[in-house]
Amino acid sequence: MIHTPDAPKILPQGDAALVVEFGDAIDRAVSERVTALATAVAAARIPGVREAVPTFRSLLIHYDPLALDFDDLAARARALAATANVARRQARLVHMPVCYDEDLGPDLADVAAHAAMSRGDAARLHASVDYHVYMLGFAPGLPYLGDLPEALRLPRLATPRVRVPARSVGIASALSVIYPLEIPGGWRLIGAVPADLFDLARTPPARLLPGDRVRFHSVERAAFDELRAAFAAGQRGLEIEEAAS
Amino acid sequence: MSAALIVRQGGMHTTLQDRGRFGAQGFGVPVSGALDGEMLWLANALVGNRPDEAALEIIQVGPVLEIAADGARVALAAHGGTWLAGMDGKRALPSWRSVTLRRGESVRVVSTGQGACAYLAVAGGFAVAPVMGSLSTYARGRIGGFEGRCLAAGDRLPLRRAGASEGPDLRLPSPPEPGAGPLRLVPGPQLDRFVDGALDVLCNSVYVVGRAADRMGLRLEGPEIAHRAGHDIVSDGIATGAIQVPGDRRPVLLLADRQTTGGYPKIGAVCTADLPRAGRLRPGDEVRFSAVTVEEVQMLARRRHAELAALAATMVPADGGAFDLDALYGANLVSGAVAGGDND
Repeated sequence: MIHTPDAPKILPQGDAALVVEFGDAIDRAVSERVTALATAVAAARIPGVREAVPTFRSLLIHYDPLALDFDDLAARARALAATANVARRQARLVHMPVCYDEDLGPDLADVAAHAAMSRGDAARLHASVDYHVYMLGFAPGLPYLGDLPEALRLPRLATPRVRVPARSVGIASALSVIYPLEIPGGWRLIGAVPADLFDLARTPPARLLPGDRVRFHSVERAAFDELRAAFAAGQRGLEIEEAAS
Repeated sequence: MSAALIVRQGGMHTTLQDRGRFGAQGFGVPVSGALDGEMLWLANALVGNRPDEAALEIIQVGPVLEIAADGARVALAAHGGTWLAGMDGKRALPSWRSVTLRRGESVRVVSTGQGACAYLAVAGGFAVAPVMGSLSTYARGRIGGFEGRCLAAGDRLPLRRAGASEGPDLRLPSPPEPGAGPLRLVPGPQLDRFVDGALDVLCNSVYVVGRAADRMGLRLEGPEIAHRAGHDIVSDGIATGAIQVPGDRRPVLLLADRQTTGGYPKIGAVCTADLPRAGRLRPGDEVRFSAVTVEEVQMLARRRHAELAALAATMVPADGGAFDLDALYGANLVSGAVAGGDND
């Protein structure tokens, strides 16, 4: 396969999926290209394409091998990647309340100690940057957010928890996640959000989507509990700016 | 009460499955769907359903079901000695044919056969609301199917059709062979993350399906597959059939309930034509692989699709004689086959 240094690498994954690779690292610019191509592929409505799944560094296009040839789809993907407009894409800004209390974020003290700062400062540092939603994966509606401030970066727990409560905020390496439902997990838990991130009854079912920006707003426990009750009752939604950036 | 199948025993892992849920992987929702799409197709054909109608996928130990309708036509697709036993003790109903059951009749799916899974289709299908376009069950995430889970005693599965179907019961005069030989894979996309010769090790060895085998995937025991420079990659998308190799160097063959993304390198992916065979593997089964090009396996997929369409067209009334294929069900299958052939 011929490609210029700037062109993505296109590889088969079996005969029903094709991966378009823009890099091999977690990188904001790479991610922007991935989500731009995802948008372009969806808009192109290529017959035989089942769906396209954006990840940190690549787009996996699932297709029906009875309806499409790998070579033809590769050519379409290459052309779309060359013209997909990365710069003009608009990122939504999602305002996400978060509570960093001890019982909601049992690992924050360790993280703070490692960074030689107070628990409060570690929480403020986590909420001090806007995060980019790189992708959803691992579990329905689970967003991977980046990039985490350097001082907070630690590996995953050596022994994952069997049970991570729904809506917990976890961190590991350069990323932060929000667990949409109760599942096992090895990320360090530093807090929780009051909003439900995955609801099958909604379209789309996930509240955060690849390419979104997320800004955390630290709230006290009383406010968190009130917000949680309101979100659970469906009386409140997340504040989202559809702003052109 | 409206027509239903009443579950008297759930079996080991009985779920509603169709061709899978596409369009939600970007939200982290696995595709799911039948482990063996070919048997799903044929079970549906035998009762006059669309090829992609949802049917009951039965894994190893089958359920006991009672008909709470004015009759229901059902068909079981299964390899080896799996059949339907009438609970009145008088009927032993073979697979690869449809049979019309009476109200109040109970049947047990008896499995002594080869293969992990079998499919029981009901004429008209199940009156269950699709989730994101599919009736497939993703039990881990409690998504789709019947209440997002495996069937259990006491469940009442609503049926679309209130009574028996018109026309004769059908049978396949020569059921499909279970198939043999290596599973064919397309190398990559992370072949470069393995040492030289790793693909040869995978393709020249016999692997055995380990005990950790479910709808998500099969852990394979056999020669180790060594990585080059570590076993972590930046997570990327996963296709059904992908063979990922985690840190313990044992390959894992990913099946219908696989996660949408993953952080282990994938040495290859089993082709569409061989996925049904992969889906039927059970713990202790031996498995071999061979590497082929994507162009070759796309040809295989089309050939296999045409073979199945031809096979489904050989159905005859179960009591002998000929019938009008078009009148019974043929339009869907035939159009499916043509759509595939157009692109050769």
